Amino acid sequence: MGKKTPLFEKHESLGAKIVDFGGWDMPIHYGSQIEEHHAVRRDAGVFDVSHMTVVELHGADALPYLGRLLANDIGRVKNPGQAMYSAMLNETGGVLDDLIVYATGDPYLVVVNCATREKDLAWMRRVAEAYRCEVVERPEFAILAIQGPEAIGKVKSILGTEQAALIEGLKAFQGGWCDGWFIARTGYTGEKGLEIILPEDQAESFWDSLLEAGVRPIGLGARDTLRLEAGMNLYGNDMDESVTPLESNMESTVFLEGRDFIGADALRKQTNHDELVGLVMAGKGILRAHYPVFSEGTPVGEITSGAFSPTLEKSIALARVSATSSNMTVEIRGKMQAVECVTPPFVRNGKQVYKQVYNL
Amino acid sequence: MADFPTELRYLKSHEWAKQDGDLIVVGISDHAQDALGDVVYVELPEVGAECQAGDEIAVVESVKAASDIYAPLGGTVVEVNAKLEDSPELVNEAPYADGWFFKIKASDPAAVESLLSAEQYQALCEAEEH
Repeated sequence: MGKKTPLFEKHESLGAKIVDFGGWDMPIHYGSQIEEHHAVRRDAGVFDVSHMTVVELHGADALPYLGRLLANDIGRVKNPGQAMYSAMLNETGGVLDDLIVYATGDPYLVVVNCATREKDLAWMRRVAEAYRCEVVERPEFAILAIQGPEAIGKVKSILGTEQAALIEGLKAFQGGWCDGWFIARTGYTGEKGLEIILPEDQAESFWDSLLEAGVRPIGLGARDTLRLEAGMNLYGNDMDESVTPLESNMESTVFLEGRDFIGADALRKQTNHDELVGLVMAGKGILRAHYPVFSEGTPVGEITSGAFSPTLEKSIALARVSATSSNMTVEIRGKMQAVECVTPPFVRNGKQVYKQVYNL
Repeated sequence: MADFPTELRYLKSHEWAKQDGDLIVVGISDHAQDALGDVVYVELPEVGAECQAGDEIAVVESVKAASDIYAPLGGTVVEVNAKLEDSPELVNEAPYADGWFFKIKASDPAAVESLLSAEQYQALCEAEEH
């Protein structure tokens, strides 16, 4: 018996298949993972992601603390409530977790992964000892992600005037508080949408209103194929403490110049490194994690995440490799299968967007 | 609740087998398709392939995982379900009908009787769930 979100009974009553996910009993799908995937790409879906960990940073030194804690530069964030995606590194540059910080002032709001919760909190508190900054977990919140081309419109139609007005004023990747809810235009699908942090005792009635408005419930299975199509990393699959963000297609979130964050020195010394690239297979079959990847017949690395892409109707993958070429193959059950090497993302706003690459 | 047709025989690895004259039709059970989730690819054997009982002869890939399919009996593959190439979802929609995988000309068709009965197989699935 795992931990349960405030919406567990809703999932059960909808006939969800429940699986263990980092110690939580979570819905993997409600019937068909592929139909749920399409619902998000074409219309609107809601994910219960209340298993994720919400943390507040209180105190006068929260800003310099974040400057030390994170590879991305919080100093570059100018708009109130703007979201910043970053890796949190150890001293050797290994990725402890990836997270989102919302620049909400005092307190700052941070959302970290559930599987890494204890490790993250211990690390964040240890680093905070040198700063006037307190790390406070807020487990009493539910988190819902509503994603898809019709998601924002459907959410606005069921909220009160003030919350709807807040949404109206938000730019992409920005959030704000209203009536005890934190509403942000962020997500993990490559579609337009919202992530809403709300008091857990209001989660059930909001969930019911969303379903009545025609928003489909989406399980964690489709969440994984949506994020993979969107070229977004999954912690524990595509990166962990053994690799740096430079090896994880996260260069654009690392700001080294004039910075002294934990792990920065290790990244400065890392001149030659592997790259996380995208793979697309035109032939039949499914690319899966840990399958070996070859360039010109030579082993160059392995797949970190692979799946059937319901949008592209073929298999796609992320792979960490030391070289690429126009002659890439993946070994599937002893047979070599041709793949194209591409730059993620694969899909954005319902459309194919990847480009081929031949040489790193 | 999964369906366990009594006229079929089963393997503990979740294949079903049906005797049709001297041919054995093979697919995967309703319980198996439900556990796998949406099927997205089936790698079928070659027509003419020889197999022994227990050989890994096909692969079913779902959104969740790749799973081996074992030959229930020894013999020769005489036909495969070509519809699965473009419509692997038939395995989810009709696991005991349009979602069949392949047919074997069994060297000993009577051996199908030694496979699990629906009752035995259902008991095994229920034990797995608890």
